[in-house]
Amino acid sequence: MKNSLNTRKIVITIIMGIISVIFISPFIWMITTSFKLEIDVFNYPIEWIPTRTNGFANYQEVWFGNDPFYLYYWNSIKVAVMTTVVSVIVSALAAYGFSKVKFGAASMLFLVVLATYMVPPQASIVPQFLLYRGVGLFDTHLGLVLIGSFSALGTFMLRQFFMGIQDDYIDAAKMDGAGHFRIFFSIAMPIVRPAIATYAILRFIWTWNDYMNPLIFLRTDSLYTIQLAMEKFATINGQFYALTMAAAVSAIIPLLIVFIIGQRQVIDGIALGGVKG
Amino acid sequence: MVFSKKENKQIKQRKPKIKDEKLAGILFVSPMLLGLTVFVIYPVLATFILSFSDWNFVTGISQIEWAGFDNFRKLLGDEVFFKSLINNLIFILTVPITMIIALVFAVLIDRNVYLKSYFKIAFFIPYVSSVVAVAVVWQVLFNPAQGPINQTLISLGIENPPTWLSDPNFALISIMVIHIWISIGFNLIIYIAGLQSISKELYESADLDGANAWQKFRNITIPMVSPTTLFLLITGIISTFKVFDIISVLTQGGPVDSTNVLVWLLYETAFEELDIGYSSAIALVLFIVVFIITIIQWVGQKKWVNY
Repeated sequence: MKNSLNTRKIVITIIMGIISVIFISPFIWMITTSFKLEIDVFNYPIEWIPTRTNGFANYQEVWFGNDPFYLYYWNSIKVAVMTTVVSVIVSALAAYGFSKVKFGAASMLFLVVLATYMVPPQASIVPQFLLYRGVGLFDTHLGLVLIGSFSALGTFMLRQFFMGIQDDYIDAAKMDGAGHFRIFFSIAMPIVRPAIATYAILRFIWTWNDYMNPLIFLRTDSLYTIQLAMEKFATINGQFYALTMAAAVSAIIPLLIVFIIGQRQVIDGIALGGVKG
Repeated sequence: MVFSKKENKQIKQRKPKIKDEKLAGILFVSPMLLGLTVFVIYPVLATFILSFSDWNFVTGISQIEWAGFDNFRKLLGDEVFFKSLINNLIFILTVPITMIIALVFAVLIDRNVYLKSYFKIAFFIPYVSSVVAVAVVWQVLFNPAQGPINQTLISLGIENPPTWLSDPNFALISIMVIHIWISIGFNLIIYIAGLQSISKELYESADLDGANAWQKFRNITIPMVSPTTLFLLITGIISTFKVFDIISVLTQGGPVDSTNVLVWLLYETAFEELDIGYSSAIALVLFIVVFIITIIQWVGQKKWVNY
């Protein structure tokens, strides 16, 4: 019985293994193609391992050519890190306020926050655009950071974790004369650190991948984030597929690294909070 | 009313404390509320108001004209708008397809495979990867003449495979395939979390009754994950209304509006035609559609969800 069960498990593992490889084959194709000579890109049967390689030249062109990716990388890192930091601080403060401070309007205000989560981002984009032109935030990184920093989702996710903190801790700290800000920084934040890390990784990934906001709020080429640069690169070099794939690999790799390092946090965070950014 | 000295003292002490709590509460939540007001609540209200206007923002705010219901009347006669709305409705088909595939994979991965975390990561990679890069890869895979997909089809004996993204009959399907491929990972992870909350005893007693795998799946798994199914249905349908990146990079709504959807039409009207009033009317329709779907699903859930 035990034996037959294991055989079954091995067979299913192999079948799912084949499916998973087919599933991620666009990525495998992207990576191998990025190392190919242009004329070999469409050889058939597909060359999963390039017979001749032009990888160095392809990546050099992407990173230091006419549209140097190192510049766009810097822009993306700047925007993603700043957005993550601001978003975590603002969300954590609000989450603590909604879960651990007892004040009359809390539940009503929390409903307002939740309601904003239902608004499709595109439904508010035109007035945001007009506002940004009016106050000089249009075509700035600061504007992008601000737009990405206020998310009902962060508040909602972190609130779940703050609610898990026993009120006894907080009452005891109050007896000792600590105010809420002291409690927030020295007791609550350290306890929910794993949740903060989870949310920070997710926010970083979402900001790094954001395409619509940079598309609408940035005009100057030198301010472009990696997603805009990727699209521009593909438009200009569209017929050079090996080059375009080298750009695509470059745009995805840092993200895959963040994801693979933080995969437990990301997957658990998604599963726990049921979140979608 | 007369209080004893002790009571008086207690009241005095309590009062500032409650006030402190209130002040602290407001201070903690105000950055978020302020941000949401400026970046979400105010813009949504402004969208509502602008949808009754006729305005090209380049002309300056003094040129804004009130149009009453003109924009909405124009929507009713706008074929492209209806085409987009229908495409959005067709796009919803991706949700059940994604969910069925994800549920089957989740059941297999949850208990029946080795290297469980490998599978979770592999299927999740498209979801965390940037849509722009992924879309560019698919563009080449779908290349009509030389792309690996059509080369494979030709080698399998299909002489005239579709031209995918450039064929009005296949472009929307191609985009839907990419969307399904991206969404499976998210659905899978949520389903695995849902499966883990089902008590093992249910399956054990079903085993004792001699139930086969299909019967267990049909009579235990599906009903027990129904709250997860509802959640994925709502978030999935709403996310189909937000699909923008793939369309912007791959088809820009074409060919001949075959992949046009509300958000793309909204973007084009606002940022290419600069017609603020009309685009706001489209935004309002988008908002109302998403709102109605959410309400219907929350009302309907009692009929088929086991909590």
